[in-house]
Amino acid sequence: MKKQNNRAWFFVLPVLVLVAFNALIPMMTVVNYSVQETFGNNLFFWQGLDWFEKLLRSDRFHASLGRQFLFTGSILAIEVPLGIIIALSMPSKGFWVPVCLVTMALPMLIPWNVVGAMWNIFTLPDIGLLGYFLNHTLGIHYDMTQNPLAAWATIIVMDVWHWTSLVVLLSYAGLVSIPDAYYQAAKIDGASNWAVFRFIQLPKMKNVLTIAILLRFMDSFNIYTEPFVLTGGGPGNSTTLLSIDLVKIALGQFDLGPAAAMSLIYFVITLLVSWLFYTLMTKDDQK
Amino acid sequence: MTIWLRAGRPNNLPVGALAGALIWPGRDRPGFLVSRKNTMALELVGITKQVGSQTHIKETSLVLQPGHFNVLLGETGAGKTSLIKLMAGLDRVASGKILMNGQDVTRLSTQKRNISLVHQFFVNYPHMTVFENIASPLRVAGFAKSEIEGRVEAAADVLQLRPFLDRRPHELSGGQQQRCALARAIAKESNAVFLDEPLANLDYKLREELRDQLPELFAGRGAVVVYATSEPEEALLLGGNTGLMNDGRVTQFGETAEIYRNPMDLVSAQVFSDPPINTARIEKLGNRAFFGAADWELSGDAMGLQDGIYTMAIRPNYVLPVNTSDAFVPVLGKVQVAELSGSQSSAHFTLGAENWVSLSSGVHPYEIGQEHPFYMNPAKCFFFGPDGKRAV
Amino acid sequence: MAKITLSNLRHSYYPNPKTADDFALKQIDLDWQDGGAYALLGPSGCGKSTLLNIISGLLIPSEGKVLFDNKDVTNLPPDQRNIAQVFQFPVIYDTMTVYDNLAFPLRNRGVNEAKIGERVLEIAGMLEVTDMLQTRASGLSPDNKQKISMGRALVRDDVNVVMFDEPLTVIDPHLKWKLRSKLKELHQRVRATMIYVTHDQTEALTFADQVVVMQMGEIVQIGTPVELFERPNHTFVGHFIGSPGMNVLPCEIREGRAFFNGVDVPLEGEIRGKDLANTEIGIRPEFISLGPKGIEAKVRKVSDIGRHSIVEVDVAGSKIAVVVEDEPPNLGDTVFLIFQQDQTRLYSEGWLATRNGGAS
Repeated sequence: MKKQNNRAWFFVLPVLVLVAFNALIPMMTVVNYSVQETFGNNLFFWQGLDWFEKLLRSDRFHASLGRQFLFTGSILAIEVPLGIIIALSMPSKGFWVPVCLVTMALPMLIPWNVVGAMWNIFTLPDIGLLGYFLNHTLGIHYDMTQNPLAAWATIIVMDVWHWTSLVVLLSYAGLVSIPDAYYQAAKIDGASNWAVFRFIQLPKMKNVLTIAILLRFMDSFNIYTEPFVLTGGGPGNSTTLLSIDLVKIALGQFDLGPAAAMSLIYFVITLLVSWLFYTLMTKDDQK
Repeated sequence: MTIWLRAGRPNNLPVGALAGALIWPGRDRPGFLVSRKNTMALELVGITKQVGSQTHIKETSLVLQPGHFNVLLGETGAGKTSLIKLMAGLDRVASGKILMNGQDVTRLSTQKRNISLVHQFFVNYPHMTVFENIASPLRVAGFAKSEIEGRVEAAADVLQLRPFLDRRPHELSGGQQQRCALARAIAKESNAVFLDEPLANLDYKLREELRDQLPELFAGRGAVVVYATSEPEEALLLGGNTGLMNDGRVTQFGETAEIYRNPMDLVSAQVFSDPPINTARIEKLGNRAFFGAADWELSGDAMGLQDGIYTMAIRPNYVLPVNTSDAFVPVLGKVQVAELSGSQSSAHFTLGAENWVSLSSGVHPYEIGQEHPFYMNPAKCFFFGPDGKRAV
Repeated sequence: MAKITLSNLRHSYYPNPKTADDFALKQIDLDWQDGGAYALLGPSGCGKSTLLNIISGLLIPSEGKVLFDNKDVTNLPPDQRNIAQVFQFPVIYDTMTVYDNLAFPLRNRGVNEAKIGERVLEIAGMLEVTDMLQTRASGLSPDNKQKISMGRALVRDDVNVVMFDEPLTVIDPHLKWKLRSKLKELHQRVRATMIYVTHDQTEALTFADQVVVMQMGEIVQIGTPVELFERPNHTFVGHFIGSPGMNVLPCEIREGRAFFNGVDVPLEGEIRGKDLANTEIGIRPEFISLGPKGIEAKVRKVSDIGRHSIVEVDVAGSKIAVVVEDEPPNLGDTVFLIFQQDQTRLYSEGWLATRNGGAS
């Protein structure tokens, strides 16, 4: 009954071409590599799903994947509650609002490799401000180039410093949008501070928090520059996250096939976990 | 269903002549339809609107004329705003045509339709003064500076905004802010002005005042004025023509007081009644109507009805707590709630399975929970057939 | 439930108020009886919301006292005053079910679950929301959400006062009367002291046994709906209540009689007070009729509003509204106005200046 107008597709075409160039074609190249073996000279041998099977059975992959999850889990566990706490304690109006907001935004403006370099120098045991202070003033043995625990603590603190602001700003935006009547009603209903947080603030922040967690998950799961500049994956392999390992295989050992297979698995995991997060967190809204 | 009322074009000019002679009179403002007094008409020809699988507007045809208000009356969600958006070009129709001044504007963008829209929420540019706010559409249209000043001042005078021209919207009261939005619509001299519940967020008395002024403001401007409201009384006070809307459909369109008196179907009667119109199932047998324990002799047109079951509807002001005529039919209701508002008393009572309301002038004491006799005026009853259509 | 006394209440939002205009509330003295239904009626900015916030404890007045049952609560925070409030926009706890929403104020006060269940079911029954008790509150329609807000306010049986701050603002007109009647019915059943704040005369008059009309931080009149309608104390009340409001016509006083446009207009009773100034006649559109002779007027506008017509006429530049029950005159017709004598009053400087009775 209704006449379909197919001209709309014509307008979508440029986007399709763009997406093809910057996503689809590189990805197909990766898929292509992942099922072949090459020894250079542009010679390729069919390998089937061999690389995938080997990779999924390899201890090295398991270890770096584990470290990746540990890293992402830790920073989410710290940044989300910390961000909410900071947002809750920020003023809601007056002179200090812009001051707080700008201060909060500062770390996010610094380029990633600079953050890595900054923290590297900052934590050097002999000349770094923090390193020197911990070792020589407090007498705590701290050397992230030697001690895996120190290295881990450093990359986590660095990420928290760099990105907690994102959670703060998003939560704050959610908080200031709550009308005063809600707080007044809660007071009259005799609600405790905890109940106000649990039943008013948290539900109203839910949407922005979902976005914050998703962004932080994807970003931290794909993180490369900062830990690479800071620790280079060491000491030993203790901070070799998935991305660092991938680059080592692809560019260090020039094993294109296994590296391609690993990228694809990496990609699928990121996609899967993001989807899972999103569905879980928005599940209630469907009802 | 399609409704055609008052079809035909103003001044009996053929469409082509109108389009040719009036729409492109000069090249100073290309793309704008230029208004001419009393020649504008807005026609909707079988338009529909679909969002996904949902039908927001069912096939609607209307001819809206300038010179008086065209009120769209219906509950929230009945489709008033959807229809206005289609007419304003903010949404595209799924099918059908929209003609302005006889010219097809269905595919024309909002910017090129030369229309104004005033919202329920006071929409003004917060960073501009009142003067700049009123002038903004004129600047966009590229008017000369002197003409802008003249028009802004004229509009400001009409809406008593002269003393506030240098203020910014947040320094104004709600009523003044909405007057500023209205002034913008007036200064622009649009072909069509859409007012979407413009008074809903104002104080009661202010609403009364502005409602009183509105028809005069737009009188003689040659623009088609469409006014959406969810209050039946507002439609009556504004006069003009009214289209009753229910569930995405215009159920009846015509002169406001006329369609109030003569609803075509049960839905229209219900849409145009506040408090709700009282309804009951009655049986007609011979010359008499039977309703619960009550029965009465039919008169006039109602006598010609076939015997059978009908839905009767009667407005609350024809169901009174005192008997003033022998012709009135007594019913015994159980009073649930009684309200008193100065000059009027109302009682909500149950009558068998039905909830009825009585509205009377003066003060009447009711005892809650007690039975009380009410008297209805049988001459004011409407009868609707099983299909909901008006039988008499 | 409690009796509420406001004594010598003044409030200013400025730290050092100087002139009277700096005060949002100028001088309020009120006594509200236990179990009454009261309304605070006035235009925006008249101070009614300020007064409400002072009673609920969200605001501490600059001067004066708030007493509940003669106990001073002026400086107590809201949660210690044992009050309940319904706001303009429905406040519900999105993540909870309707049941949990209603139970929330009781749970916060440590009431045992058995008692809570009993109260919630009772209130849900009154509000006719029993069938939605187990649904999530966030998906409800605005009117049901507002019902839940009302339910939360009514669920505690120990509150001193329940306050309503323009609770029907977001409700569709065809549902307004339903909620209004529901509220009235609830008051008749629970008999709590209720205060209803609104700018809408219909809501105030239908809900309250006694209405307090406010203007510019002051109380203009306190009375029953009928009193406010029939004998407004001040032209402001006359104008504000009634739709259209009372006609207020400038007049001259000669030898104890009022003359409007040169015509002697009989008043309801004798004029009181000596220093009359800016005298005006006040008469409601409902109490003017058209007759064969009387004050000559020209018809300017006729609005047919279904159950009657509102005819606007002009007498020497004064606009007068008349409610006509039967066939209205035509535009431009000359008509003659008859003022019902017992409803014709004199106002001096805005205030009522005739004695009741005498003539009828």
